[in-house]
Amino acid sequence: MLKVNAINSFYGKAHVLRNLSFNVPKGHVVALLGRNGAGKSTTMKSIMQLVRPSSGEITFKDEDIVRLPSHQIARLGLGYVPEDRRIFTDLTVIENLLVGWQSPREGAVTWTQEMLFDLFPNLAERRNNRGKALSGGEQQMLTIARTLMGNPSFVLLDEPSEGVAPVIIEQMIKVIGQLKSEGLTVLLSEQNLHFAQAVADSTVIIESGVKMFDGTLETLNSKPEIRDAYLAA
Amino acid sequence: MNGVLKTQRLTKTFGGLIAVDNVSFELQKGELLALIGPNGAGKSTCFNMLMGQLKATSGKVYLANEEITGLAPRQVWRKGVGRTFQITATYSSMTVIENVQMALLSHYGDILRFLPRAHLLHRDEALNLLDLVGMVNQADRHCAVLAYGDLKRIELAIALAHSPMLLLMDEPTAGMAPKERVDLMELTAKIVRDQGMSVLFTEHDMDVVFTHSHRIMVMNRGKLIAEGDAAEIRNNPLVQEVYLGGGTLFTSEVASHA
Amino acid sequence: MEFFVAQIITGLANASSLFLVACGLSLIFGVTRIVNFAHGSLYMLGAYIGYTFMQVLPGGLGFWSSILLAGLSVGVIGVLVEMLVLRPVYKAPELFQLVATFGVILVIQDIALIVFGPEDLLGPRAPGLRGVIRVMGEPIPKYDITLLVITPIVALTLWYLITQTRVGVLVRAATQDREMVSALGVNQAWLFTGVFGLGSALAGLGGALQLPKGGADLLMDFHILAPVFVVVVIGGMGSLPGAYLAAVIISVLNVFAVTYLPQSTLVLMFIVMIVVLTIRPYGLFGREEVAGEHGQVGEPERPIKPASARMQLLASGLILLLAMMPFYTASFSLVFTTDVLIFCLFAASLHFLLGLGGLVSFGHAAYYGGGAYVAALLVTHVNTPMELAFLLAPLGAGIAALAIGWVCLRLTGVYFAMLTLAFAQLLWSLVFQWGEVTGGDDGLVNIWPSEWLKPTIIYYYLTLLFCVGGILLLRHIAHSPFGYALRAARDSQRQAESTGIDTRKIQLLAFGFAGFMGGLAGALFVFSKGSVFPNELEIARSFDALIVVFLGGVKTLAGGVAGGVFFKGIEDILIKFEYWRLVMGLLIIFVVILAPEGIVGSLRKGAERLNLIKSRHM
Repeated sequence: MLKVNAINSFYGKAHVLRNLSFNVPKGHVVALLGRNGAGKSTTMKSIMQLVRPSSGEITFKDEDIVRLPSHQIARLGLGYVPEDRRIFTDLTVIENLLVGWQSPREGAVTWTQEMLFDLFPNLAERRNNRGKALSGGEQQMLTIARTLMGNPSFVLLDEPSEGVAPVIIEQMIKVIGQLKSEGLTVLLSEQNLHFAQAVADSTVIIESGVKMFDGTLETLNSKPEIRDAYLAA
Repeated sequence: MNGVLKTQRLTKTFGGLIAVDNVSFELQKGELLALIGPNGAGKSTCFNMLMGQLKATSGKVYLANEEITGLAPRQVWRKGVGRTFQITATYSSMTVIENVQMALLSHYGDILRFLPRAHLLHRDEALNLLDLVGMVNQADRHCAVLAYGDLKRIELAIALAHSPMLLLMDEPTAGMAPKERVDLMELTAKIVRDQGMSVLFTEHDMDVVFTHSHRIMVMNRGKLIAEGDAAEIRNNPLVQEVYLGGGTLFTSEVASHA
Repeated sequence: MEFFVAQIITGLANASSLFLVACGLSLIFGVTRIVNFAHGSLYMLGAYIGYTFMQVLPGGLGFWSSILLAGLSVGVIGVLVEMLVLRPVYKAPELFQLVATFGVILVIQDIALIVFGPEDLLGPRAPGLRGVIRVMGEPIPKYDITLLVITPIVALTLWYLITQTRVGVLVRAATQDREMVSALGVNQAWLFTGVFGLGSALAGLGGALQLPKGGADLLMDFHILAPVFVVVVIGGMGSLPGAYLAAVIISVLNVFAVTYLPQSTLVLMFIVMIVVLTIRPYGLFGREEVAGEHGQVGEPERPIKPASARMQLLASGLILLLAMMPFYTASFSLVFTTDVLIFCLFAASLHFLLGLGGLVSFGHAAYYGGGAYVAALLVTHVNTPMELAFLLAPLGAGIAALAIGWVCLRLTGVYFAMLTLAFAQLLWSLVFQWGEVTGGDDGLVNIWPSEWLKPTIIYYYLTLLFCVGGILLLRHIAHSPFGYALRAARDSQRQAESTGIDTRKIQLLAFGFAGFMGGLAGALFVFSKGSVFPNELEIARSFDALIVVFLGGVKTLAGGVAGGVFFKGIEDILIKFEYWRLVMGLLIIFVVILAPEGIVGSLRKGAERLNLIKSRHM
């Protein structure tokens, strides 16, 4: 569904992604693993064209999306959940959802506010509160809900477990499972191997912007040298 | 009493909201004390009151039996407290070594000098500090182009510049790979041992907390709800309910640290 | 009592235009983060265009359609400005975009001159609303009553649009994080254009609506600018109710001041602003400006190094060349070079504050003009010897800077910038309105140097000594521990404060020092010209310095000086042409678009690309 082919991205002068290629098949949850600074967020931003890759191809549903403005990519059904939540703190929960709203899309679930409040019961109680009044966990829920309002068929989840309590992460695991069962495709960037193992079908490991591993979790577990070098404690 | 840091009924309210509610604890010399809890539990607020970024609504803070409540951050620093930040704070227009020299210039009272060239002052001492955190071979690189983990090390070198008796670390390993986390915490533990320093840190990575702290305090909704060693905290049902969850998210073996 | 009510009604009516212009500015700032200095120019265009339509369209219907058409036309002009000038520079550092709006001011000034001619136009009366209505026996013009009704309607409509519609939600979201809005599928480019268009239309509407009370002239752009900024800042950047309340307060106070204290009208506005900001630092309804982490653009500044041997040689050669100048050029070239040197020192002093300190002062003319006036006042009123006045001038400017800095440094970001502008305007108003001491608009004349310094050549050497010495001193301090601490406070105040650095003290000292050097430039200026007029304290003078620093390059130590030479050189060539402002404005806009790192920064990048010099980045 999403094909990333030999992209190179720079951040200022730093060469962040080097010839990075991977695929995300429809209906799969793929975890992009690696330490901070490895280039996970830049990969996500490059897909959304928030960072413009200097070379390489990215196709979504066989359509070339390199150089497209970000909002057009979002309108193709590619939803982006940023790493540091970036909710609109001065807007209420409902208004935040309204910003993410897009018209229904063929072949994707059409989310309503009520469906999202079912998925995230905490948000329902706080629907008229401003974003800044929410706790960190609630903000994390809101940023996902906001993206779902755009009825995406594919979601980019950038480090959803960063700085969140283990109890909230457990809730997140349930939500991702639910999204998968609704037919959504997910690319998830993570550092928390425990979390990735609980939700992902396969993983891509990157280090300094270079792909080090691409395969299923079983394969990864059978290669402890890779796991230990880039991930495991 | 050889408590390095002591708080007495420390409280902070924002409007009607009680962010930190009567928190009292004591940190012993040479101790690595972890403060954990859900987001919004009041950990950062608590930290900011210790360092002086926030004024406490009530309660007191003592550093080595001297009251430091209400002092500005720079005054707290002069009393011998160093800190690192959750979101790294370095001087992005300077080189690595200049970042450390800056702290040394402040420590030696050179800030208001207009004539000497700053980059020539305290260079050797800065190199020693960088050596300590393993950054000496990157000393002349521009800070803005460094990897995140390296910035965290620079922050540590800055925080150690005035040989503090107490180090406050706000989520020291956030955003690091597991291997780096272990390295950084082992480095911290070594410095604590060698220099007889004490450390208070907040952290979300339970592997780090359970392995590297001597003692753990848990906060929830502004209150301290539990305190103890790793095993006690893991098996505390209240802590499991509000924070730890079912335990799928950290390594099941607890390294004994006693 | 009756009289009071009448005064208040007049004040409320006067608040109308002010509010419209101010809320347009506030709206644009909220979303695009651009402080649109060209907003006064759009207001002026609204007046001219409205006037033109009124000449063609007859009767009451014609009058009101003209006002609406003026608003619409200016809205379209705003859209064009946004698309042609601002879109290409959104990628440039935020404050650099300001310079583009300065360029727009100059361009619009000359276009208005070409299209509408130099004469002041007297606004037509509103048909059917010529008379007065008696309110409690006092006559109130009917047009005032009409304005009184129109403004709240516009305000309520805007309020509804912003708070109750999805577009309004998107606008508010974009205010906070435009990149995220775009990643959620909203075309932010058009959102920006739309908001800029709406804000411009409001300015145009304001300009057209005030025609019956004022008229149209070519100075309107700068005259409205100061009150509008005062209103926006008092109300709180981005707050509609705040803008309304502030516009009313300022206008009503102004009406009373005209009656009771006619000498204080201009000063009063700034005093109100200073009082409000002292009690509520972010305005009546404003919230603390937190510098956004997102949407920030531009590379981080590079580490500074002492000049290389090659650069030192180059600089020495240049200084030698300047020192030899009297031997190979005519005396008018010396006068011109004196001007350039003085201007470079002025620019370098602002660059010190802005580049190293990250403290964007919009009112640096206060210290330049201030220094000039200190010297001139001492000579005029107490017969101070020139040498002593010359030394006391920078001292006076430095002390003024310390006092003003002490108040302004309580604020950050755009509020800080606005407050510095307000203080500069306060000084200007004092000088302008306190005629018996300062000479008012006629300035102070006969301020000549002592006999031994009078010859052009001698004065040239005096200037060379102080300007080159001053610039080298500023540069040397950049490399000293103090200069480093100043940069540390800019890069990360959090870290600096947590390692024992009193950042406010450092910044205050820097502010005072920059003011001192600005005052030195002013002192050199006044004795070289023999006179000083209030325009040395004007907003335009502050803008000159800002343009120069940005064009030269904020992030490079040589930026101020390089920009100063470039600006003065170009100005000297262009000023011979009738429409030099137009050319200058366009030139500024092009430089902003083509060289977003400033002249020095872009040259350095070019040289690096060609491998002429080594990159300092790694």
